Amino acid sequence: MPWDRNQMAARAGRELQDGWYVNLGIGIPTLVANYIPKDVSVTLQSENGMLGMGPFPFEGEEDADLINAGKQTITELPQTAYFDSATSFAMIRGGKIAMAILGAMEVSENGDLANWTIPGKLVKGMGGAMDLVAGVGRVVVIMDHTNKVGDSKLLKACTLPLTGQGVVDRIITNLGVLDVVKGGLKIIELADGVSEEELRRATEATIVNAKEAE
Amino acid sequence: MSKVQASAADALADVIRDSMFIAAGGFGLCGIPELLIDALRQSGVRDLTIASNNCGVDDFGLGVLLANRQIKKMISSYVGENSEFMRQYLSGELELEFNPQGTLAERLRAGGAGIPGFYTRTGVGTVIAEGKEHKEFEGKTFILERALVADLAIVKAWKADTSGNLVFRKTARNFNVPAATCGKICIAEVEQIVPVGSIDPDHVHLPGIYVHRLVEGKHEKRIEQRTVREREVA
Repeated sequence: MPWDRNQMAARAGRELQDGWYVNLGIGIPTLVANYIPKDVSVTLQSENGMLGMGPFPFEGEEDADLINAGKQTITELPQTAYFDSATSFAMIRGGKIAMAILGAMEVSENGDLANWTIPGKLVKGMGGAMDLVAGVGRVVVIMDHTNKVGDSKLLKACTLPLTGQGVVDRIITNLGVLDVVKGGLKIIELADGVSEEELRRATEATIVNAKEAE
Repeated sequence: MSKVQASAADALADVIRDSMFIAAGGFGLCGIPELLIDALRQSGVRDLTIASNNCGVDDFGLGVLLANRQIKKMISSYVGENSEFMRQYLSGELELEFNPQGTLAERLRAGGAGIPGFYTRTGVGTVIAEGKEHKEFEGKTFILERALVADLAIVKAWKADTSGNLVFRKTARNFNVPAATCGKICIAEVEQIVPVGSIDPDHVHLPGIYVHRLVEGKHEKRIEQRTVREREVA
């Protein structure tokens, strides 16, 4: 069985290392906050101006002045710090954030990421995604391996406008985990019950053999 | 000379003109200058260019200026919450310049800090880089982004003293600081104005030098996405 949203988020949770400052994107990446390993302490950044993002508030305790980058009401923690947007992106651009976990529409075999617009259809804007992929130490994307009609979203070259060029380090899909390496994508792990053949068939991007990637 | 004005309309009266460039604070509906936006709506000023991370929702925030056809151009990073925005943009009535969020924040900050431009990695290899100067630093490619200086900055803080020192609350600080600094004139609306000496000087978030006029008023502070968790029953 391929992984579902929560299993993908749980797998992404294992990417987190103790002491890291991390930014989680909107959508499935937000769920990763529920799967931070018990022995790992990470600080979540919200790019609208907060380090130390806490869980959603209890009903009746929502505060209009306290939201995350997805505009959802959230809470603070004892170690929380607030700052303005210029400071927030200075720490992103300055490489202080160890990792960003983001959603994707397409990823190419050289690590190009497209996740912000579908010309003529979806014109909402890139928000902070372009700054994040250009600035953080490591970019992990969580995405479905294929679209609704079964076409690969891991491509030789992206067809949609890019968010960043050569920026993706690791891809977690419903079928498994792949790294962007020289020459293409390398399979790191298969989802439970998914065969390598199945993953290869669902992938347009070049998959390099483990040996070639060494 | 007192910075404190009787109302948002008074604060704007001799400042606003058609086709002016305004920088507005706020992120989503959080920390937006809602009183000044409403006064702009009532003034009928037109053909505005507005730099703001978002453009409100259809019936609140900057969205009310869109509905009233007062905005000519937006400089924003994300406008996905506003259907009237999409309609005007797709029909060609509204100009839109997308900026990556950090680039927008830094353009405002740089404008206020007297820096005409800066090089950034953000957007290299994307449509954002088209037509911009590219330059290599230590083997990596950067693009030149230009600073923004606004005719008017409108911002919202939690508290001000009468000298214009501002204190923000939680994530409502966001774009209000960089927007305020880049305005040739900055008007701040706040929930309370207190006498000088009431704010610990070590706790001032934005010094009064950046704030020319102050308005106190009641804020709706609408929540865009109310998300809560269940209380665990013991």
